[in-house]
Amino acid sequence: MPALLEMRGIVKRFGELTALHGVDLVVGEHEIHALLGENGAGKSTLMNILYGLYHPDAGSITLNGQETAIRSPRDAIAHGIGMIHQHFMLIPPLTVAENVVLGDERSGPIVDQRALARRVRELEDRFRIAVDPDARVEDLPLGLQQRVEILKVLYRGSELLIFDEPTAVLTPREVDELFSIVRTLRDEGKVVIFITHKLREVFAVTDRITVLRGGRNAGELVTKQSSAGEIARLMVGRELRPVQARTPVPSTGPVLEIRGLEAKSDRGAQAIRGVDLEVRRGEIVGVAGVGGNGQSELAECILGLRKPTAGTITITGADVAHDDPKRTRARNVAYVPEDRRAEGLVLAFTVADNFILGKQDDPPFSRRGVLDGPAVARNGDRLARDFDVRPPNGRAIVGNLSGGNQQKVVLGRELSAEPTLICASQPTRGLDIGSTEYVWERLLEQRARGAAVLLISSELDEIRALSDRIAVMFEGRIVATLSAPEATEERLGLLMAGHAEMPVS
Amino acid sequence: MTIEMLLGASVLAATLRLATPIALAALGGVVTERGGVTNIALEACMLVGAFFGIVAADRSRNIWIALAVALLAGLAVAALHAYASITLRSDQIVSGMALNILALGLTTYLDYQLYGTTGTPPDLPALPDLQLGFLTGVPYVGDVLGAQNSVVWLMLLLVLVLQVFLFRTVIGLRLRAVGEHPRAAETVGIRVRRVRYAAVLASGALAAIGGAYLSLGVAHSFTDGMTGGRGFIGLAAMIFGRWTPVGALAASLIFGYGNALSTSLQGATIGGARVPVQLLGTLPYILTIFAVAGFVGRSRPPAADGVPYETEGHA
Repeated sequence: MPALLEMRGIVKRFGELTALHGVDLVVGEHEIHALLGENGAGKSTLMNILYGLYHPDAGSITLNGQETAIRSPRDAIAHGIGMIHQHFMLIPPLTVAENVVLGDERSGPIVDQRALARRVRELEDRFRIAVDPDARVEDLPLGLQQRVEILKVLYRGSELLIFDEPTAVLTPREVDELFSIVRTLRDEGKVVIFITHKLREVFAVTDRITVLRGGRNAGELVTKQSSAGEIARLMVGRELRPVQARTPVPSTGPVLEIRGLEAKSDRGAQAIRGVDLEVRRGEIVGVAGVGGNGQSELAECILGLRKPTAGTITITGADVAHDDPKRTRARNVAYVPEDRRAEGLVLAFTVADNFILGKQDDPPFSRRGVLDGPAVARNGDRLARDFDVRPPNGRAIVGNLSGGNQQKVVLGRELSAEPTLICASQPTRGLDIGSTEYVWERLLEQRARGAAVLLISSELDEIRALSDRIAVMFEGRIVATLSAPEATEERLGLLMAGHAEMPVS
Repeated sequence: MTIEMLLGASVLAATLRLATPIALAALGGVVTERGGVTNIALEACMLVGAFFGIVAADRSRNIWIALAVALLAGLAVAALHAYASITLRSDQIVSGMALNILALGLTTYLDYQLYGTTGTPPDLPALPDLQLGFLTGVPYVGDVLGAQNSVVWLMLLLVLVLQVFLFRTVIGLRLRAVGEHPRAAETVGIRVRRVRYAAVLASGALAAIGGAYLSLGVAHSFTDGMTGGRGFIGLAAMIFGRWTPVGALAASLIFGYGNALSTSLQGATIGGARVPVQLLGTLPYILTIFAVAGFVGRSRPPAADGVPYETEGHA
């Protein structure tokens, strides 16, 4: 198979740090090529070089047999390279058609909206991508917005399409639709580079794989001839530890007891419609479901961030349904919010300062309203070491840490006080395999210690790996509660999609 | 109080006259903020336009040279603001405020140096009125429109041109893209900084025309601080008009009408009580607060308005 793209010996340094130590990437015609690696492995840096956003310190890029210098996104576009960005590069108030043609309008000074829509529709027909050209982008769900991104790239005649972690924001159904679009692109003669760290996606849609680790090539594979274990080993650089066997912890009465809970969403819609749920000591209860079925609101109700409209929430015997977060947390409740950057951390603060958020009024960190700097710093250094934050001290600014290390800061703050109840919402969202493994181990450790853990996640693998019992949420209700052995992937998938079965009591 | 005081031809003619400088500043605001740069230095651009227009008229005795110099003065202040907020990425409010103070100080100082306490000379060339002969004798309409200043008509023309420019042209589309999501605009090859510079400069020119209109078209003289906050009211009109040229004109007319009333209702009474004309002067501010608070529907600024843009990548 002739190579369409050859990147050879690419080196990229950022100051002291070398992000890429001479990486090769060879992509053939008519293939979907996975670029796989942990966060920080250099995938994005390599693709930003290919797209002209970064300039390599050494190495060559050959396109169609011609050595090529790519100095800017304009150059990349001119050479037929297009990027579907993870954070969409769309202008929300503009229409789909306007977004597609922006910057390359091919029109006289006055824009002819109808001609625009017609051209975009032709493009959609050719690649079997459906989205209304006259719709405003801000009115579209994320799955459709991504199609606009794809259309933008196709409109510019790209032959090589880079998808940067394209499934991160999609629902499972949207992911399937994306895969079928990607296959159509390949069949129409396009070359696709698919950046991901999810093995499932690699097997679902790619032909060949390049694995990066720590800024170096870790392996090149043909998807059909490789196994998940082999690929994971190449990514992580060691065998994955099997999730430790769960031993039942002698259980007492429920730590968290929810009865008849109802609550509204921010937009005033009924988000929770009569939820009953119990979590006992030494138990992990998983709440499975596609995002947006009331899980976020459930967590917020428990923490006192959202007022229920009906029902009770009892934590170790006390009704907390109408308490504010400060009072609820005073009952030693830990919270790992689903959006760590927006809700879990103050990104501009240091690691040490983030560790004392919520405890800033208490000794030893403050006395009569004055912070004790050395005590805060000592605590920061100790927790950073205990929770394997890198760099292992409290002085780093949290916003500069990787996602995995940021989550370790959240865990360090929340878990160090030996909580009775832990409410963890999407605790591994956006994390790579190594960090995910770390979070799982910490949660299991808490369970073994006797904490009650409520784990809200839309990742089935995570729910199944950790939970003793699994509650499936759909449209604000818990449609079934299964024990771990009963919860097969098929069964959970059906329940999450709204195919209710007989209620299991 | 009579109908004549509320809706007489002279009141409407005054409304147009008073709305014109506000509308020109508002148009400037629309252009620059659609591109993502807040320019509260519009007041400064107006003021230097008014002052240097007069100085040039005095020296050259040519109204067109005077107008050109006024434009250049506005462009110079806008260029400083553009350099500070686009190239240096400084806080746009701070930069704008500093320029306002600078402009007030500079024009006041130079005014004193050049014209002392006697004031600017009389019989300077003026921006001409447009006598529409065919309207003379047409009742009402003729009295409102027949003898307005040429800048009033220029302003109305600019409203239409800018409305089409922003929402129907390729360059307008790109300008709006830059104001909403500059990174996205850059990834499709739009030169964000260049577009923003152009927008800020245009806003300075528009505001300077408004200033020149005040000094060369209406007052035929310069007095210290004569713009009297019209640049700020223009920004209020921009918000009230939801960042569109036509909306900004409508808002400016409302504000102008409020001003016209506070003159025509001078001394008027309703059932024995005096009309509090000073309160009418607060109308623009009250309306603007309502507009910003969302009482008149969605009034949302461009998403990247006032946010400095940093190019990524070449770390």
